[in-house]
Amino acid sequence: MDTAFIIETIIKIVVILLVFSALAGFGTYFERKVLAFMQRRLGPMHVGPYGLLQIAADGVKLFTKEDIVPAGVVGPIFKIAPVITAATAFMAAAAIPFLPEFTLFGYTVHPIVADINVGILYILGVMAIGLYGPLLGGMASNNKYSLISAARGAAVFISYEVVTGLSLLAPMMMVGSLSLIDFNNYQAGGIGEWIIWSQPVAFILFWIAAFAETGRTPFHLIANDHEIIDGFGTEYSGMRWGLFFIGEYANMFFISFVMAIIFLGGFGDGTVLGAFALLGKVAFFFFFFLWTRAAWPDVRPDQLMWLCWKVLMPIAVLNIVITGIVMMF
Amino acid sequence: MFEAIAFYLFAFLTVAMFSITVLTSQALYALTSLAAGMIFISAFFFLLGADFLGAVQIIVYTGAVMALYAFGMMFFDTTRELKEKNSSSMIVFGLSGLAALMVVVIFVTPIASEHISAIYPMHENVGNTQEVGMILFTKYLVPFEVAAVMLLVAMISGIVLAGKKMDRSLTQMSEEEIQSMQESDKKAVL
Repeated sequence: MDTAFIIETIIKIVVILLVFSALAGFGTYFERKVLAFMQRRLGPMHVGPYGLLQIAADGVKLFTKEDIVPAGVVGPIFKIAPVITAATAFMAAAAIPFLPEFTLFGYTVHPIVADINVGILYILGVMAIGLYGPLLGGMASNNKYSLISAARGAAVFISYEVVTGLSLLAPMMMVGSLSLIDFNNYQAGGIGEWIIWSQPVAFILFWIAAFAETGRTPFHLIANDHEIIDGFGTEYSGMRWGLFFIGEYANMFFISFVMAIIFLGGFGDGTVLGAFALLGKVAFFFFFFLWTRAAWPDVRPDQLMWLCWKVLMPIAVLNIVITGIVMMF
Repeated sequence: MFEAIAFYLFAFLTVAMFSITVLTSQALYALTSLAAGMIFISAFFFLLGADFLGAVQIIVYTGAVMALYAFGMMFFDTTRELKEKNSSSMIVFGLSGLAALMVVVIFVTPIASEHISAIYPMHENVGNTQEVGMILFTKYLVPFEVAAVMLLVAMISGIVLAGKKMDRSLTQMSEEEIQSMQESDKKAVL
């Protein structure tokens, strides 16, 4: 392991961290604008042109707000919970190829931090750790509603995690690898070779599970609307609360990348056009997250568990069996 | 050199985390450090090139410790310290010390005797996942299947034990239905 490799990796990590922290900020702006237009409002308009500087205003507010740690909380756990959410979201990004290889000043850059050959397993595992953030935050908060929210979070986690794993198993069997780069190369032949055509069921299942994974609206159960307060985040303020937000939005971007690469061909053959196509697909998935939030109400926790265990899991298992039979003959 | 640094860093972190798990009297600290220790262990798998086992370690223990959290939530007020009843600390220290010593002896003996060799050495250019799958479905097929059957038995018995009246959902019943159900339950008890 030479020093050049270490330096290159550190530069990649810093770039990904900066880009996606900024994107998480822009994500909140997009979300407010998209929701506003869907509800026939204007959204943020006052700060800067079209309200663009609203992000900066929000950032200043979050950073300069007093950091309150309420009495009676379990201090260290309360403080580390938001860090877990944000850190694991970015750790998961280590195995995602964001762009095709490109040459910069005669030096070939692989825009992936670590091409380990178990990429998908690693991403799913690390994203699963991210749920410890809301869970620990809720349990350490010394607040009944936070605790109930944490309990709901654990129940949701145990339900959707099965569907995520099982739905990805069928595409993995077809490709015969767990690395996202292999997934991309498998579909490099163009639109006709995308896995979505041969595995539409797995795609829909994973898409539904992605909403539960990121805790977005139809399954936004860790914060319950009719309790009026914000679930596990009730006792948090300032940047500690902001870290939960950064984690959530970064997770949305990363899971969009994963979906685009596994099912929709990724960056294809690696040309500039392919790179832009990947970003376009990611943008669509991100927009869909916002669209769903405007269009759908939340489901109840028992409905989500019913859906995951009694509907999605049997379909996923059937899908695997059928894929196996088709691959055998 | 980097590998050595990483190894000692994660070794220290793992030992520190598990020490907290054992020594603290705060349920939330114990559970959190247990989860952290389990995840830090995966670093050793990654360092040794066993990527698959590392990822599996993360996934399995995240879910397992999450279930422990659920029990912690049910049985303790996790924001308070727990009063532990230690009738005799001598017995506790003696037994745990002996157990630790035994584990060390078990693992050190084959290394010390220098007769250690891999029965199934890694092949060149074959991925981790494939190697594990090959061994699992040839040499260890029977234990693997038996473990699967055991899990199935545990799952079915869990459903049977917990699944009384699973066909009825209180949230979807009207008040009268719930009342009549409760009354019929009382009659059954009498």
